[in-house]
Amino acid sequence: MHEMSIAQSIVEIAMDYAQKEKAQKVTELELSIGTLSGIEFEALDFAMEVCKKGTLLNDAQIVVDKIQAIAKCIDCENEFKIVHLFDACPNCQSYRTQLICGKEMQVKSLLIE
Amino acid sequence: MCDTCGCEATGNKITYSVPGEENKHQHSHVHEHNHGNTTHSHEHVHTHEHANEGYHHHEHLHEVNHSHSQYNQEDHGHHHEHKIAVEVDIMSKNNLLAERNRGYFEAKNVKVLNLMSSPGSGKTTLLEKTIQQLNGKLEVAVIEGDQQTQNDAERIQKTGTQVIQVNTGNGCHLDADMVNKASKKLALKEGSVLFIENVGNLVCPSLFDLGEQKRVVIISTTEGEDKPIKYPTMFEHAHLCIINKTDLLPYLDFDMEACKKYALQVNHHLEFIEVSAKTGEGMDAWLQWINNL
Repeated sequence: MHEMSIAQSIVEIAMDYAQKEKAQKVTELELSIGTLSGIEFEALDFAMEVCKKGTLLNDAQIVVDKIQAIAKCIDCENEFKIVHLFDACPNCQSYRTQLICGKEMQVKSLLIE
Repeated sequence: MCDTCGCEATGNKITYSVPGEENKHQHSHVHEHNHGNTTHSHEHVHTHEHANEGYHHHEHLHEVNHSHSQYNQEDHGHHHEHKIAVEVDIMSKNNLLAERNRGYFEAKNVKVLNLMSSPGSGKTTLLEKTIQQLNGKLEVAVIEGDQQTQNDAERIQKTGTQVIQVNTGNGCHLDADMVNKASKKLALKEGSVLFIENVGNLVCPSLFDLGEQKRVVIISTTEGEDKPIKYPTMFEHAHLCIINKTDLLPYLDFDMEACKKYALQVNHHLEFIEVSAKTGEGMDAWLQWINNL
């Protein structure tokens, strides 16, 4: 369950920025997470609930922007939505594909008071 | 344990130890949290690194396409709530430290391999045999990662190799910070090879860059040939896949070609070496691969 250490990093980053701004509380935390980043979204939700307790993020709403993974086929240059890392290009059935996006793991913004 | 809230269970401590040496210092993991407005930390060594140190701004992100637009509208009305852009990679702290490790290893000309697999694939046996065969040719050091016990480090120590055991407590993977601390305790020699045996787990270690030169995933013929597509992230990140326990192939239904086909679907750059650490079959190819690094 690596989501727990991911959540700890998220809280650490958010706290650092919130404290620099002398925030009283964080009301919303926005994350960008790619669908092929290796993060289980439900596990992250759970881990965030645990990690934010007792911090400025205690009551923060966690907004996760899921970024749909897109791959490009090296053989036919087709771009397509990729669900699994082992998906073939729907156009030419090649497995020689390259991810264009979908690996993101970012703390995007905070809403503070 | 934190005496304010009692949050850290003793089982979750990260320890670094050399078998046979009394462990005087126990370093806990980075653990910082708040009680009200005060922050306190439970760590001896506390390094803070931020990719965008000093970079933050207050502009309201009107251009950002998201669903909670009422906040932006409220910003115009001088509401107390305001938005700050962060845009920091969640893994940035780990990745920065990993790059520092990588620089340190490169400067010492140390080859570093991160060995990852599920528990029971034969990582430690492979390592023991590898060390025996490298004896006299290459200086070796080992970082052993396990949740608990020094058993693996003791096995490696018997080969006469410098080893440090990292016990992650409840942690399911090694991270760059642990490797940084562990490698400082090792007297790494110029031109040597460092094997990092990660915690037996085919999921979590794949996301954490340790500063290694190459990532090696090990599977064994007693596992299903569909492991590469069941745990694709691990195979996507690996450079080399070692298929161990080939001596058992006559007794199993393991389909070698299907296994490789699945792995290549996930990562078409992946290389393969079939070995039996037990009989020594295929070990030459593996040793050659290390030599070529």
